[in-house]
Amino acid sequence: MADLSTNFVGIKSPNPFWLASAPPTDKEYNVRRAFEAGWGGVVWKTLGLDPHIVNVNGPRYGVVYGADRRVLGINNIELITDRPLETNLEEIKRVKADYPDRAVIVSLMVPCEEWAWKEILPKVEDTGCDGIELNFGCPHGMSERGMGAAVGQVPEYIQMVTEWCKANTHLPVLVKLTPNITDIRYPARAAHAGGADGVSLINTISSITSVNLDTMSPEPSIDGKGSHGGYCGPAVKPIALNMVAEIARDPETAGLPISGIGGVTTWRDAAEFLSLGAGSVQVCTAAMVYGFGIIKELTAGLSDWMDEKGYTSIDQVTGRAVPNVTDWQYLNLNYVTKARIDQDACIKCGRCYAACEDTSHQAIAMKPGRVFEVIDEECVACNLCVDVCPVEDCITMERLAPGEVDARTGKVVEADYANWTTHPNNPSAKAAE
Amino acid sequence: MSNSPQTPGIAPARLDAEEVARNFSDLHPAYDDHEAMVAADRCYFCYDAPCITACPTSIDIPLFIRQIQAGHPEGAAKTIFDQNILGGMCARVCPTETLCEEACVREAAEGKPVEIGRLQRYATDALMARGQHPYERGEATGKRVAVVGAGPAGLACAHRLAMKGHDVVIFDARPKPGGLNEFGIATYKTVGGFAQAEVDWLLKIGGITVETGKALGSDLSLDALMDEYDAVFLGIGLQGVNALRAEGEDKGGVADAVDFIAELRQTSDLSSLPVGRNVVVIGGGMTAVDAAVQSKLLGAENVTIAYRRGRDRMSASRFEQDLAASKGVRLIFNAQPKTVHGNGSAAEIEFEYTRDGANGLEPTGETFRIAADQVFKAIGQTLDGAPNGLTLDGNKIAVTGAGRTTRDKVWAGGDCASGGDDLTVTAVAEGRDAAEDIHTALMG
Repeated sequence: MADLSTNFVGIKSPNPFWLASAPPTDKEYNVRRAFEAGWGGVVWKTLGLDPHIVNVNGPRYGVVYGADRRVLGINNIELITDRPLETNLEEIKRVKADYPDRAVIVSLMVPCEEWAWKEILPKVEDTGCDGIELNFGCPHGMSERGMGAAVGQVPEYIQMVTEWCKANTHLPVLVKLTPNITDIRYPARAAHAGGADGVSLINTISSITSVNLDTMSPEPSIDGKGSHGGYCGPAVKPIALNMVAEIARDPETAGLPISGIGGVTTWRDAAEFLSLGAGSVQVCTAAMVYGFGIIKELTAGLSDWMDEKGYTSIDQVTGRAVPNVTDWQYLNLNYVTKARIDQDACIKCGRCYAACEDTSHQAIAMKPGRVFEVIDEECVACNLCVDVCPVEDCITMERLAPGEVDARTGKVVEADYANWTTHPNNPSAKAAE
Repeated sequence: MSNSPQTPGIAPARLDAEEVARNFSDLHPAYDDHEAMVAADRCYFCYDAPCITACPTSIDIPLFIRQIQAGHPEGAAKTIFDQNILGGMCARVCPTETLCEEACVREAAEGKPVEIGRLQRYATDALMARGQHPYERGEATGKRVAVVGAGPAGLACAHRLAMKGHDVVIFDARPKPGGLNEFGIATYKTVGGFAQAEVDWLLKIGGITVETGKALGSDLSLDALMDEYDAVFLGIGLQGVNALRAEGEDKGGVADAVDFIAELRQTSDLSSLPVGRNVVVIGGGMTAVDAAVQSKLLGAENVTIAYRRGRDRMSASRFEQDLAASKGVRLIFNAQPKTVHGNGSAAEIEFEYTRDGANGLEPTGETFRIAADQVFKAIGQTLDGAPNGLTLDGNKIAVTGAGRTTRDKVWAGGDCASGGDDLTVTAVAEGRDAAEDIHTALMG
């Protein structure tokens, strides 16, 4: 059986699944329940300086549903912990003492002044926790006060605060990054330059989930007004995966430990984050929707998949897909595929036809009896038909072997790899040696 | 409760009133909002969808389901009513398992079609619950059209004519409008007085007058109508019932299934309706199933449907057959009635087995008897009292195109006219299309 235990920036946990800094980790009661359920670690909900902040007293969450009210995304306007600092510190200490084998990381957010960090860090260290995570990510509320994403959007501030923390604690320092920037590599490089032990991402995405068309108020509505919130859940996973991969393959940050966050709902999501370079994953929305019991599916699924693939430890998975993330310009233009429709599997809904005919390349013919066939002369292999087909594996993309003629271009498919950098249509193409 | 299922003969109150009421509750209860959203989400929005082709009224089904998905059931209803003004009743009584839902690609894929009928009901209920009528009468044309028969064909025809601005008078022989919707469909398919509510809602368009108690032949003549009106539409249905041609069919306890169903529909306290201990229904269509199931629901101890051909030839769908079986109705195939035995009233019925021979169905010579104090004949209806001067096609009024009869100015549709299945939805389509043709003829 695969060993799921991890040692991430020196922080040990029995499995790579941590609960992210958020409502599920706001207090002792919840965290004990999480550890009893089997979670490997928690990032305690962000602490700040007293006097503690206050939250709105109306709804904090907005939601985007899929079919059958399946939660695809949640946004929130909740701030950091709204309990006194001392209360949180006492609880952290008790929990860590009772669960020494679990990872307890404490998320922090104080003003961008060194005294503030010097004041809080010793108190946090005193709890016996395993590390700290700097919340440079929250896009709402706190950012208006110069904290959270307001820091995370300025690489210089990231580096500066990270340096203060490294200078004032011996604990491992994780920097939690905001996705509300144009290029995630810059804040990651800043964290790295500041001496961060690792980065965690993504924090939530600035968002308005919906508008109440009767009251004309954004949701969640507080007395008829709304404020943008932070979006999370399965809907943000593709954005998070890309950002994780960008950092993992950036030469300047290569090897920097990454705690992957963003829509992890099943073991498969977790495995994908790991493969793109994460050494641990953090979960919030899935736990908020389904409760802590999902940890059993996460660990069992990941373990079984690793056994099936022959991976014996998490570090064998971490970063395994990173070499396959590349720039568009390096994609093989001699890789030629055509859509193929399995007529036995086809249920004749015609969605492939509508998609191709209306919005793509008119490469599917509709024949009498609702028989749908690919027209190779027109098929550019875009994959849209595969994506919209309701039957799994009914439409597949089949590669043309070297030597075959692409009916669309009339050209013989070449065996050699060739990309845009050497393509004759590229004005900057390098001449073949 | 004085009687039980075992009470001999034909007796009322075999079950207590509460149980009867429960038995006759909605066969397919209405979706709530969430159920409707989940059901709607299963639709694939097929290109040139097969369900549309399968619908006799060609409702744009994927569109109306998408409108439900988008939280706009009233818009969905409008999509339905544009094609089928009796979409509410059709949602309840259509044999969807042989029409749209049979064609649904998810039926082919997984044997579980999108529940189009129930979704249609959800949408139409939502709009009708508002009490408003979504169509306005067109500018008055001054043309007057007589519609004979206030059943699905006549109502659909009248409504479409009213939309075009014509004045319409509907005549019906019965004391209430609705035709088979009101008198001929199993109670559990259209509960809560829906048929009358639907007629009232339909008539809100205005420009339609209903005159009940006026039958063609006795109270009206086609020639007089043709003199008085610019056009006549006949949607008179099939009033006659085929004879059993079995010895003793005049004995007490032998009745027409359609009369039993009509009486049942017009009885407010169903536990007061007498039903036999041993009921035998002869026939293989929806009427046979409706009569048999309802007999069982009233408390008959033993109910049997006997059909002279094999199961595969039965015109009642497999869903209907299974419904009957699930209610405890026994189905016997390849058995034709020979003699009703009994002293004055039926006590037993004797059948002879049949098989498919070289010259069609032939008796095998083997007979059997089953107890029967009530026998319902459900072996098909026939055109009765068709006006003179109309050419018939077999036993129906011959029509071409959109219901044109052989007489000028006279159209026909629904069960009385040739072509198409004898279904509510087919009648609606024929009535609607005849109205369009009448309009073209009148305004041309």
